Amino acid sequence: MKTPLVEFRDYSFKYRTQTEPTLKTINLTLYKGEKVLIVGPSGSGKSTLASCLNGLVPHSYAGEQSGSLLIHGKTNEKLSVFDLSSFVGTVLQDPDGQFVGLTVAEDIAFALENDCVAPAVMKEKVAESAALVGVGHLLERSPQALSGGQKQRVALAGVLTSPLDLLLFDEPLANLDPATGNYAMELIDDIHRKTQATLVIIEHRLEDVLRRQVDRIIVVHDGCIAADSTPDELLATSVLTEIGIREPLYLTALKYAGCEPTRQDHLASLHLIPLERHRENLLQWFFAQQARSKEKDRNVILEAEDISFSYRDQEEVLSMVSFHVQQGEMLSIVGKNGAGKSTLSKLICGFEKPTNGWIRYQGEDLAPESIKQRAEKIGMVMQNPNQMISKAMVFDEVALGLQARGIPAEETKRRVEETLRICGLYPYRNWPISALSFGQKKRVTIASILVLNPRILILDEPTAGQDFRHYTEIMEFLKRINQEHGVTILMITHDMHLMLEYADRTLVLSDGRLIADAAPAEVLTDQAIIEAASLKVTSLYELAVRSAIPDPIAFVDRFIAYDKEVRRQ
Amino acid sequence: MAQMMTYSSKDTWIHRLSGSTKMIFFVAWSIVGMVTYDTRVLLFMLAFSSILFRISKTEYRQVATVLKVIGFFLTINLIAIFFFSPDQGVSVYGTRTELWHWFGPYTFTREQLFYEFNVMLKYLTVIPVALLFIVTTNPSEFAASLNKLGVKYSIGYSIAIALRYIPDVQKDFREIKQAQEARGIDMSKNAGLGKRIKGMTAIMFPLIFSSLERIDVVSHAMELRGFGKHKKRTWYSARPFEKSDILAILFLAAFTLISMLVTFADGSRFYNPFA
Repeated sequence: MKTPLVEFRDYSFKYRTQTEPTLKTINLTLYKGEKVLIVGPSGSGKSTLASCLNGLVPHSYAGEQSGSLLIHGKTNEKLSVFDLSSFVGTVLQDPDGQFVGLTVAEDIAFALENDCVAPAVMKEKVAESAALVGVGHLLERSPQALSGGQKQRVALAGVLTSPLDLLLFDEPLANLDPATGNYAMELIDDIHRKTQATLVIIEHRLEDVLRRQVDRIIVVHDGCIAADSTPDELLATSVLTEIGIREPLYLTALKYAGCEPTRQDHLASLHLIPLERHRENLLQWFFAQQARSKEKDRNVILEAEDISFSYRDQEEVLSMVSFHVQQGEMLSIVGKNGAGKSTLSKLICGFEKPTNGWIRYQGEDLAPESIKQRAEKIGMVMQNPNQMISKAMVFDEVALGLQARGIPAEETKRRVEETLRICGLYPYRNWPISALSFGQKKRVTIASILVLNPRILILDEPTAGQDFRHYTEIMEFLKRINQEHGVTILMITHDMHLMLEYADRTLVLSDGRLIADAAPAEVLTDQAIIEAASLKVTSLYELAVRSAIPDPIAFVDRFIAYDKEVRRQ
Repeated sequence: MAQMMTYSSKDTWIHRLSGSTKMIFFVAWSIVGMVTYDTRVLLFMLAFSSILFRISKTEYRQVATVLKVIGFFLTINLIAIFFFSPDQGVSVYGTRTELWHWFGPYTFTREQLFYEFNVMLKYLTVIPVALLFIVTTNPSEFAASLNKLGVKYSIGYSIAIALRYIPDVQKDFREIKQAQEARGIDMSKNAGLGKRIKGMTAIMFPLIFSSLERIDVVSHAMELRGFGKHKKRTWYSARPFEKSDILAILFLAAFTLISMLVTFADGSRFYNPFA
């Protein structure tokens, strides 16, 4: 019945630049029409596995392979990237980076152009696949000017111009806000139904993918296949937590409450779990938990009053935004792409000047201060470390800001070393930055800002693209500098887990306006705010409501407190 | 934000011409501009290219920076010509009308001034057309037209992609600059030249690395979508030759012919008002 499409038999692959094989004796078969999810921590080999499917391994990334990999019954050595491209479509992680066309239409046509399709036929086919993903009205637009969700649709339309047997998504949710991520999964589902192609999704945001049904989950760990089973079965085991992948939050909650969920519980979809069975346990757990103690009011460190901003004679990006930040707070700023989050941080740092309103730091107006002066009070860490690193060695990079300020060498050395110790980078002080991992690079950029001793740190998507282990590592580090060194932290983020777990308070922006300023648990359970800001109700809240817990918001809150305690140990 | 020196989509008949037409026009126009020293031809070309500039609705700020840079080098060039061969004009036009003796061999002559005036005109006739070509030609169409004229499409496409990434790189540049300024790298006018040059390296380093990252991603994306599969490819944005293209080419041919006739009527490239 099931026809195999891809067969890995004792397949191993070692990159030429590495000493250890990245994939170790993989045995795996993908069947026609299946919908498969591949999960695994960073560096587990899941991306390499995907590159095997589209031919980048071994044709573009050189290395040695052993065993065999058959696609359509042909060995992969005989199938070039071009051969494969006619029936394997790949949608890469960052749609921005892969657009080549000036307009949406042209970008969708790219593969057709390369196949020498005549212009007239091409126009028809482009229109067809644009309609398939619902971007028919955007054909003349520039791909860069689209929203995150639209960009992904365009990228998808670009591979749908030829009939495909296999559709490969590399972390499709990575750059999307929660609600858009949801639509993306719906779209993928829809395309799967229409094309009947085999679907392979690589993603570590497991809970978000599972909002839609998948046939099989393959867990990759350390170059091997750690599990290969249906979602319901997999979630009843402890494989995921053991290798550092976050299971759905509702499931963790059930486990904390001692519910002992089994595979009969349909754990992959919250709405199918027979909760009557578990309600007693959940209630007991709920009442046994202490409410989180409310933080006392502290001194206000930063205050914004009625700030607006627009780029010359264009529409306002921010309008009349007012808020305050307390000393020592961890605050998150959320909202969809283009809601004004980055603009807000640029205004605070002085990169741009507000067209209206004031920003005060400890009661004093910041307007007369230069970017450089502000930087000694407020530091900004960009999302991509490569956009900040300008020296070859760790020490020099961190020292840059002090040297630019003419601080004597002695003091520079002392302050840099102290900062490196705080950031856990002291052992690497004489290392070339290029030899560090992504997480370590991120810490170098944080250190290079912290060395100036700012009292406020603004971070743009501090954990974007990180797996659970790195996420925890970065966030615990931030928590530590927040608590031990009293640095106030503002985080711009799409990640709802992050705001639930680490933010004391959340500012929600929508179309340039501040629509909420409240505790994360309150924000993530308020339907109106959730819709306006393109967020998503946390599954914890759904779980609480469905099991008729008396105060669902308190349930979410208590879960977060409890979970942090468990993970700290 | 206004983007400098990049294609901006507007609806004028210049924008609607096919990329190949514009390319041929640009090449022929530059050759004529380089060959002729005939003041009458040059003045006509200057007037005509200014009109084209107007018609294309190109705004000054789109090209301001480049114009300033070119203006700077043009001035240096004119001064250098005077210092290295102050009698060039005399030998070209065969007469010598002295205006003012400065020092040593340096005498201002009417002939020299007129000669340098012609050199300046040559620059001024070609530059607007070159700028016009860049800001009115869709980069992909540009690649398509290069391809039509016999250049390998991978080369044409690389150029097109480079043009297409200019705005992205400009955005990166701004963001990196802001981040580095915050760390204390002073790039404002208050800082000395040495400091600014040093500061520039602190921006270029990350800019180059993030650009390399970008190139890596896009080249794999292109490969996965079959770029380079065949010796040929087709173009979605290729414009068929239309009546206006044919008219433009006819005009160009007539212009080239007449300007050459006018220029060489007296057997020399130069128009000599002193004879």
